[in-house]
Amino acid sequence: MAAVHGDVHGHGHEDHHPTGIMRWVTTTNHKDIGTMYLWFSLAMFFTGGFLALGIRAELFQPGIQILEPEMFNSFTTLHGLIMVFGAIMPAFVGFANWQVPMMIGAPDMAFARMNLWSFWLLPIAASLLVSSFFVPGGAAAGGWTFYPPLSTQGGLGVDMMIFAVHILGASSIMGAINIITTILNMRAPGMRLMDMPLFVWTWLITAYLLVLVMPVLAGTVTMLLTDRHFGTSFFNAAGGGDPVLFQHIFWFFGHPEVYIMILPAFGIVSEIIPTFSRKPLFGYSSMVYATASIAILSCVVWAHHMFTAGMPTVGQLFFMYATMLIAVPTGVKVFNWTATMWRGAMTFETPMLFAIGFIFLFVIGGFSGVICAIVPIDIQVQDTYYVIAHFHYVLVSGALFALFAGAYYWLPKWTGHMYDETLGKWHFWLSMIFFNLTFFVQHFLGLAGMPRRIPDYALQFADFNMVSSIGAFGFGMSQLLFVYIVIKCIRSKEAAPEKPWDGATTLEWTHLPTPAPYHSFEKPPVFKPVSH
Amino acid sequence: MRNKSVATLIGMSVLALYSSMAVGSKYNFPEPQSTIAQDIYDQHIALLWICLAIFIGVFGVMFYSVLKHRKSLGYKAANFHHSTTVEVIWTVIPCLILIAMALPATKTVIAMKDTSSPDMTIKATGYQWMWGYDYLQGEGEGISFFSKLSTPRAQLENKEPKGENYLLEVDNNLVVPVGKKVRIILTANDVIHAWWVPALGVKQDAIPGFIRDVWFTADNPGIYRGQCAELCGKDHGYMPIVVEVLDEESYAKWAAGKLAGVSNSVVSLAAVSTDVVSSGAEQAIDAIEENLDNN
Repeated sequence: MAAVHGDVHGHGHEDHHPTGIMRWVTTTNHKDIGTMYLWFSLAMFFTGGFLALGIRAELFQPGIQILEPEMFNSFTTLHGLIMVFGAIMPAFVGFANWQVPMMIGAPDMAFARMNLWSFWLLPIAASLLVSSFFVPGGAAAGGWTFYPPLSTQGGLGVDMMIFAVHILGASSIMGAINIITTILNMRAPGMRLMDMPLFVWTWLITAYLLVLVMPVLAGTVTMLLTDRHFGTSFFNAAGGGDPVLFQHIFWFFGHPEVYIMILPAFGIVSEIIPTFSRKPLFGYSSMVYATASIAILSCVVWAHHMFTAGMPTVGQLFFMYATMLIAVPTGVKVFNWTATMWRGAMTFETPMLFAIGFIFLFVIGGFSGVICAIVPIDIQVQDTYYVIAHFHYVLVSGALFALFAGAYYWLPKWTGHMYDETLGKWHFWLSMIFFNLTFFVQHFLGLAGMPRRIPDYALQFADFNMVSSIGAFGFGMSQLLFVYIVIKCIRSKEAAPEKPWDGATTLEWTHLPTPAPYHSFEKPPVFKPVSH
Repeated sequence: MRNKSVATLIGMSVLALYSSMAVGSKYNFPEPQSTIAQDIYDQHIALLWICLAIFIGVFGVMFYSVLKHRKSLGYKAANFHHSTTVEVIWTVIPCLILIAMALPATKTVIAMKDTSSPDMTIKATGYQWMWGYDYLQGEGEGISFFSKLSTPRAQLENKEPKGENYLLEVDNNLVVPVGKKVRIILTANDVIHAWWVPALGVKQDAIPGFIRDVWFTADNPGIYRGQCAELCGKDHGYMPIVVEVLDEESYAKWAAGKLAGVSNSVVSLAAVSTDVVSSGAEQAIDAIEENLDNN
C-alpha cells in the first residue's frame, strides 16, 4: 500500500526509511509489517481459493474429470493448510499489527525486529507448501489434519509440509509474544485492561492461546517426522505406538486453533457494531469474560473431533457436555451484539453489512456446531459434508467476513482514501448469495450420507454438488471484486474525511489524523476512560 | 414500498422452505433401520426445531431493529450499555436448553456403547482399499471374505453410463440376519478407515493395531449402503460398505451355503489373506480382543 506515506498533515518530522524493495525488507514499522501481512494473506487466500475451485470443478459432476484421486487429495489437503495457516491467521496478525498499537496509543509493537522476522518466515513456509506440488510424489495428500499412518505413507511433499508447519508455528509464536508484550506494557497512561477496545482484548486472549498450543503442534509434527525418518513409533502400533495419540495431540492444538481464528473476528465485529449503531457496546465486561471463557473451554473439548475414533462412554459424555457449554458464552456475545443494535441509530455501510452478515451466518454455524456436539448425531455427520458446511460457516462467513468488515472499516484510516461504497455493497451481497449457494446445500449432502474428501460420489448427490460448485465459482469471482476495490481505494485521488464513521470512539479515530501518519503516538495520548 | 418488499421477502422464504420440504427425505438422514438410528433421527429433528425457534427469536429482534432503528428514519440512538438482569437471564436460559438437549443424547450414547451379549460377532478389517469380513461367533461362524467395489472402472472414467448404485455396490455383501444384535469388531491393516452405514446408525473408525467395536440390530430386511468415512488414501472414495439384511430363514440358508463353499475354497482364501494381512498385526489384534472381552 504505497499510499501509506508519512508526513501527512504537516507533522513536521521526517520518516527515515529506505524506498523501494529495501523499505519492505528492512522495515520495523508496525504499519509496513501489517501491510505485508495483509497482502501476503490475500495472495494466499487466492492460492487456497484456486485449490478450492479445483475441488469444486472436479465435484461438478460424478465421475473423474480433471483431478485424479491422488491429486484431488493433495488439493483438499493444501486448500485447508493454506487457508488456515496462510490466509486467515496471517490476516488477523496483519490487523493486530496495524491496529493494536494505534488502539492502545503505543508508537509501535514491542519487538519491532522480531515482528519483521515473524513476517518474513511466512513466504518461506508458503513457498515450501506450494512448491511441494512439483516434487516427486506430489504434495501431501493426507488431509489438512494429516493423520498417521496415512501421513507416514506420503513422499517428500509430506516432509515439506511438516517443515512449513514448523516455520509457520514459529512465526505465530513470535507474533503472539509480541502482541502480548505490546498490550501489557505499552498502553497509553490511564488505559486499564478493562478500558481496552474489545479487538485488543480478543487479540490478547488469542495470543495466549497461540503461545499455549502452537508448541504442541510443533511437537506433534516433529514426532511425525521422526516416525517417518528415524525409526520411532510414536504413532505406529506395530512398534508399540498409537495412531490415535496423534489425533489427541493434534486436536489439543486444533480446537483452540479454531478459536484463534474466530476470537479476533469477534473483536472486529465488536468494534464495528457499536460504531454503526452509534451506541456503546452492550455488556462490555461480559464480552470480555465470554471471550476468556470460550478460550478456556476451547482447551478441554478437543476430543469432540474424535467421537468415532472410539473412547470410553464417560469420555464421550465429558467432551459432549464441555462442547455444548461453549454455546453459552458464544450465545452471550450474539445477544450482546443484538442488544447493541437495539434502539441504536444504525447506518449500513459495507463494514456494517459484513458485520451483520457475520452474525447471521456465524449463528447458523453455531447451531450446526451444537448439533455436531451431540455424540449420537455426530456419529452420523462426522467426516461428511455436514461438517464441511459447519466449519465453512464459521471460517468463511465467520472469520473471513469479519476480515472483510475490518478491511472496509479501517481502509480509510490506512490509506487516507475512501473505498467505493457501491462496489463494497456489491461485494457484500455477491459474497452473501454465493457463499450460501455453495455451503448451505452441503448440509443436506452430509445428512444424505456424502463423505468428505472423496473425488467422486454416488448419483443421488449429483444435483446439490452441481449447485455447490456453481456457488463456489461465483464466490471465487466475487472476491476479485474485493481486490479491485482495494486497489481503486489506494489509487484514489480523493482524500477520505478525517473521521468517516461518526460513531467511532477508539483512539485511532479520535486521536490520529487520516491517514494515520507513518509514526503515530510518539508521545502517548491522554486517555480518558469511559465507564462500562 | 417497504411493506411490499417485506411481503415479497416473506413470500419467497415461505416458498423456499416449502420447496426444501418437497425435496424431502432424499436430503435428510436415510430412513432409520435400527433403534439407535431412529433415536439419532428423532433427536436431530428435535434439535432442528429448537434451533429454528432460537433463530426466529434472535433474528426477529435483530431484524426488527435493523428495519426500525435506522438513522435514515430519524431514529435517535439510546445510550444504555449493560443490564445485569438480562445478562444473567440470557446466560441461564441457554444452559437450560442445553440440559434438555443433553439428556436424551446421554441415554443414546450409553445405549450405543453397550456392545455386550451380541447374537453374533463379525470382524471387519479395513484395507487400502476394500473391507475384509470374518464371522467370528454366532450363526455363520467361520465365514470369511473380502468385499470390494464392483462398479466397473469404465463408469468411473465416464466411458459407460453410470449404474443406479454407482460407487455404492460391492462384489460380496456383508450378510446379517434381521432382528439380531450384531457386534462388529473393527480394525485395519494399513491406515485408519471408518465403517459407516447411515441407515443403521453406525460409524466407527477402524484403526490399525487396535480393536474397536460397535453394534446394530437391523429392524427390517433390505440392502443398506454406506462408505468408508475416514480419508485412507487414493481410493478412499472407492471402498463402499453394503449390508444385506435377510430374514432368519434365508440367512441360515446363505450361511450354510457359504460355509459349504468355504471348505472348497479355503486354500485359495488362506493364500490371499497371508498375502495381505501381516501376521504381527493379527497377533496384536488377538491380544487386544482378549482385553476387550475381559472388560
